[in-house]
Amino acid sequence: MKKVGGRFALLAFVLVLSVVFFVPSYKPLYQSLPDWARKVLPDKGITLGLDLQGGIHMVMEVDEDRAVEIAVERSVSSLQDLLVDKKIPAESVKRTGATQITIQFSNQELKPQVQKLLEDYPTFLEEDSAGSATTVVWNLRETEITRIKDSAINQALETIRNRIDQFGVSEPLVQRQGPKQIVVQLPGVKEPKRAKDLIKETALLEFKMLDEENQLKMDFPVRIPKEKEAETLAQFAPKVPEGDQILFERVVERETGQEFRVPYLVKKRVMLTGDVLSDARVSIGQFNDPYVSIMFDSKGGREFERITGENVKKRMAVVLDNTIYSAPVIQERISGGRAQITGTFSTQEANDLSIVLRAGALPAPLKIIQDLTVGPSLGQDSIDKGVQATLFAGLLVVLFMIVYYRLAGAIADFALVLNLVCLLGALSALNATLTLPGIAGIVLTIGMGVDSNVLIFERIREELRQGKVVRLAVDGGYNKALLTIIDSHVTTLITGVALFLFGTGPIKGFAVTLCLGIAINLFTALVGTKVIFDVLNQRPKVETLSI
Amino acid sequence: MLEILGKTNFDFMGKRKMAFLFSGIMVLLGIVAVIQIARGAANLGIDFAGGTAVQLKFEQALRIDEARKALEGNGLGNAEIQEFGQDNKLLVRVKASTTIEEKTAERVMAVFAKEFPTNKFVVDSTTEIGPTIGKKLQEDALVAVVISFIGIILYIWVRFEWRFGVAAALATFHDVLAVLGAFYVLDKEITLLVVTALLTLAGYSLTDTVVVFDRIRENLRQRRRESEEATINGAVNQVLSRTIVTSLTVVLVLIPLTMAGGEVLHDFSLALLWGVIFGTYSSVFVASPLLLLWPGASGRLIKRS
Repeated sequence: MKKVGGRFALLAFVLVLSVVFFVPSYKPLYQSLPDWARKVLPDKGITLGLDLQGGIHMVMEVDEDRAVEIAVERSVSSLQDLLVDKKIPAESVKRTGATQITIQFSNQELKPQVQKLLEDYPTFLEEDSAGSATTVVWNLRETEITRIKDSAINQALETIRNRIDQFGVSEPLVQRQGPKQIVVQLPGVKEPKRAKDLIKETALLEFKMLDEENQLKMDFPVRIPKEKEAETLAQFAPKVPEGDQILFERVVERETGQEFRVPYLVKKRVMLTGDVLSDARVSIGQFNDPYVSIMFDSKGGREFERITGENVKKRMAVVLDNTIYSAPVIQERISGGRAQITGTFSTQEANDLSIVLRAGALPAPLKIIQDLTVGPSLGQDSIDKGVQATLFAGLLVVLFMIVYYRLAGAIADFALVLNLVCLLGALSALNATLTLPGIAGIVLTIGMGVDSNVLIFERIREELRQGKVVRLAVDGGYNKALLTIIDSHVTTLITGVALFLFGTGPIKGFAVTLCLGIAINLFTALVGTKVIFDVLNQRPKVETLSI
Repeated sequence: MLEILGKTNFDFMGKRKMAFLFSGIMVLLGIVAVIQIARGAANLGIDFAGGTAVQLKFEQALRIDEARKALEGNGLGNAEIQEFGQDNKLLVRVKASTTIEEKTAERVMAVFAKEFPTNKFVVDSTTEIGPTIGKKLQEDALVAVVISFIGIILYIWVRFEWRFGVAAALATFHDVLAVLGAFYVLDKEITLLVVTALLTLAGYSLTDTVVVFDRIRENLRQRRRESEEATINGAVNQVLSRTIVTSLTVVLVLIPLTMAGGEVLHDFSLALLWGVIFGTYSSVFVASPLLLLWPGASGRLIKRS
């Protein structure tokens, strides 16, 4: 007599454990449970992959070189201010390379004074060979370049996280991948385009003065369709005076929703940037038109007050990512650290604008290098089809086994169910992500799951043909098939592991289900079915076996 | 006892010349496919080649030639269109040459919105993959293939003996190449999922081969008097029914998955389905006869037992 109690207990234990782990994965059931039950049960189960619940998977790269350029440009403009403050009449200060600033002046005697300014810019080094009697050339230090590049990606990560938090997505994933890539995953997003725009926007807010003296603006068309922007820019570019640039205001016609562009001649010099904002909120104006009210921090407030005070009756452009939102005339000195950004936008646009302003600007533009977006409808479709196909496939196999192996087939089918339950339990316990290929992996496990039993049964049949008694035939069948089964499982496991290590996204999901399936399969085939045969064989007289 | 096959005694080994000829052709096709892939001339999916794919679900049926005309008329003549009939779904793919910055996905949507204003659609999915990612995925897939093959050969070598390992590996290569060749000839797209299917079928076809080899090894140890050819042939006949039944259960599973598993899983399941069929064939007609080409080692095997 063989002892079966221990093995039965093990089976029961595994089965219960699997069910316990699986329950949180099946949301309707989990939600309907009383509180105490939910406290006892694990709170996380299988997560659905993006391909099943819809959503966005994006890989982006921060344009690091541009981040360095931007940093140098900032130094250029602060240097310009400093020169004015110190009353040093420099002719020009320019960024002359990715990491280089050239300062030009007419009078040779100014050189020591200019050189002395370097003390305020410790991140730069003066290049002796490149300068002349009337020019000084500064280069950004190598250590600083590395620092900027490194902080650019961290800052971008932080900013994107902030924006997504405010956008409101459940369980977003924002993480760094390799030296300069950022992975963003937004499961279940309903408005993918809006989310993408929100993430991608550099959101660099700048206040710049309009050039109202130059006559070039008289030649500008009043407004142009959105598509003609580049054309217009090319037409006027040669005539733009030094220190100025053409920027376009974005105008949306309320009735038709058509977008237009209005060209403006703007001074390149940045008066103030969005760094100094402390808050941004959507408000509704008197004509029910949404606008964004912004608050400066104390330093920014003082600065804004000074700028507006010095430029009363002049027009100031509010520029976001090189597009003008509005260009109001400054009526009076604005104190109190508050301002408004008006423009023709919808409530949603105003809302998104306030989010990006609050979350801050990206240090440099982002380049999307991979973008997978799955709509929620396709996700549901995939689940339905996948589940249907799985059930149907399972049914076919179950029937086949019963027809071909009779009682033994039914035992194998029991193992199959056990297999499925354990697999779902294991996936839940690992909080694995179930992807569409993952469903295929489960289906495949069904197919391969009965294979072990087929191998065993064929061996048992062989033993029976040789005239062995049932009990010995069963034991012999299991023993002889054991090595074959292990060999065949290990080979599949090897490919599964390779897929797991080098696969991405959905493929990884497939690999996980495949590997788990194989391991569980080994257990159910060798322990699960054997124990039932042993019980059957404990009857007093066993002369036949339905196989 | 219901049996598909009773006791059989087919002369499998005697058919090996024909089998080798057929397999040789399939492998050759597969090698051509590999070369074409390496040259970038094969029908690579956008996950490898880089590019954009947009899947749209329309309210009313849309003829594929009308869709093509609309895209051509709007400068997207290089797009490939595939339809999933019963659901009014269209899959539009634009490959590599375009960069992701061009917003191809939005352009495609704009074209359909403009050309078919009465036929509304929802966007099922969009995929945009930059060329650098495509390259990386290609490399990763290659590494996964190489690693799993090395692993498999090593394992079989340890468990059996060298010639079994080589024969099993060759048979597995044969299956993978045959399916790849078939995909190439039919101009089916080779995507990441298809490569995954190829790797899985490599594992599966090996399972099949191992079952046969196990019995061959067992019989080689017992029957010294018979010729090796007869022993191997006998072993294959003995396990024939289980080889067929195990494949049959997997085929039973894969058929519904191929026919009704949805468009994403179709090619994946199809590759696996063919793979299982080739795998079964190769265990009997390729892997086992290959052992005969390398007869010297049998003495050593008997000694070891």
